[in-house]
Amino acid sequence: MIDNHFKKNQWIKRTIIGIPYFWLVIFILIPFLVILKISISEATWGTPPYKPLLQFLGNHIVQFNIHLENYQILSDMIYRYSFLQSLKLASLSTLSCLLLGYPMAYYIARQDEHLQTRLILLILLPFWTSFLLRVYAWVGILSPSGFFNTLLMEVGILSEPLRFLYTPGAALVGMVYCYLPFMILPLYASLNKFDFSLLEAAADLGSKPLRAFWQITLPLTRPGIVGGCVLVFIPSFGEFVIPELLGGSKTFMLGKVIWVEFFTNRDWPVAACLAVLMVLFLVIPLVLLQKRQGS
Amino acid sequence: MMKKSRSIFGVVIFGYAFLYIPLISLVIFSFNASKNVSVWTGFSLQWYKALFYNDQIISAFWNSLTVALFASTLSVILGLFASLVIVKASQFLGRNIFKGLVSAPLVMPEVLLGLSFLLLFVSLEDMIGWPTTGSLTTIALAHTTIALAYVTAILTAQLGNVDESLTEAALDLGASPLKAFFVITLPIIFPALMGGWLLAFVLSFDDVVIASFVAGPESTTLPMMIFSSIRFGVSPEINALATLIIFVIAGLIFVVGFLNQRQKNFLKPDPLSEEELEETD
Repeated sequence: MIDNHFKKNQWIKRTIIGIPYFWLVIFILIPFLVILKISISEATWGTPPYKPLLQFLGNHIVQFNIHLENYQILSDMIYRYSFLQSLKLASLSTLSCLLLGYPMAYYIARQDEHLQTRLILLILLPFWTSFLLRVYAWVGILSPSGFFNTLLMEVGILSEPLRFLYTPGAALVGMVYCYLPFMILPLYASLNKFDFSLLEAAADLGSKPLRAFWQITLPLTRPGIVGGCVLVFIPSFGEFVIPELLGGSKTFMLGKVIWVEFFTNRDWPVAACLAVLMVLFLVIPLVLLQKRQGS
Repeated sequence: MMKKSRSIFGVVIFGYAFLYIPLISLVIFSFNASKNVSVWTGFSLQWYKALFYNDQIISAFWNSLTVALFASTLSVILGLFASLVIVKASQFLGRNIFKGLVSAPLVMPEVLLGLSFLLLFVSLEDMIGWPTTGSLTTIALAHTTIALAYVTAILTAQLGNVDESLTEAALDLGASPLKAFFVITLPIIFPALMGGWLLAFVLSFDDVVIASFVAGPESTTLPMMIFSSIRFGVSPEINALATLIIFVIAGLIFVVGFLNQRQKNFLKPDPLSEEELEETD
């Protein structure tokens, strides 16, 4: 209907498509091309700290300064270490969010509608409040005199405060804390559509609850599980703020490496290179996943 | 069965405690008399008072507010266009590219986005002299683009739920398509517009990574200020600020939630979970 109308008023259609399209090309597409360009430029001292790809030397001679060697950083120990650490921490945080989030989403989906809305609102509330401040809250809790150490000493598990803060483990706790709502919401959306009477049918037919869960609930809520895992894994993998504030010097995730290369070392080509590799690493599996789900 | 549901209940209690204890501790220690944020010594409002006399924080707050108001408003306008394009315009050149570009920020870590925006602004300034890198403009433009992705996801889900026959009825009764849009579609998606605006505002007001990349030395936003002061250690003043932010945002959510409740017929699926679902498809 609207489409028909658009045919009569081509200019309205063109404006409505054109404005956001223009914005996206300028602010999303071009920046990625710029990153790609800088990632194959040669680093140099100056502003900007890289050489142009094409240099006109006069006499119609054009010099190409394509510097693919930047991508050799893959063989460098530091980058490999930080890549593996990012992978490890992001996987652990995704897994922890799933293990904690699934029972929560399951429980919420089984309540009556009124209670469901409230419980989901309670999940959303921390998600809306400042991310930075939620990370900051853990600095106080995990500190030697903080809530966590005090609790463990009161109970008698610890005799003296342990150093939790500024370890990779603290960064992990922070990531699980911040991204748990990202896991619960898609899981809940999936479980909310799930027909729980299927479980009763399975029980009537003699299936044990655990088996019914494994064979019915889990496969049918797979879209929610995949969605939640993607939403937790991606930001965890490139996370900068959480490892910076909670992780200490032993946590050197990729997000921080890019930050340091860019701001401290002023090596823009290497930072751009890492960015390109990170995009490839995150986007290629995502595209494959989408293709598989589409077919 | 009994045992299983009891252990699930245990996890649920643990999960909610996990989500809320840090927030509660933030609020409690903002009223602490001493400078310690983990040992209670007595009630005091001194940190709130200190906050109001901290000129740096106040000016950073105004910077953040300006940027967030600009970014959220512009991203809702652009997001409305973008979602109309996705839902209504079924065929045009590069439709898939459009959809890919608009949702790209949803699947990119913030560090990447920040880096790409800075490199863009540096190149733009080189070529056309605008925008001046390190001004509030660059932060606002970057935030608009990020928020656009979220707003478009919410509005696309919502526009998809609008009953097409209502618009058709209006057109049959002689309304012009533009009028039908303003009288029928816009009021129906209004709660989603407000929700999108609020989400955009919060995203912008809260962002530290992207702002740190594109901001200059003179344009400091509130999160950048908080971030640098946390790096030097904890301070009850930050707790006081956190408490204020938490309560303002909670208040805003309740206002928007209340308005949405009034339009509940049009809002059966939760817009946020719809948004998350969209991404899993």
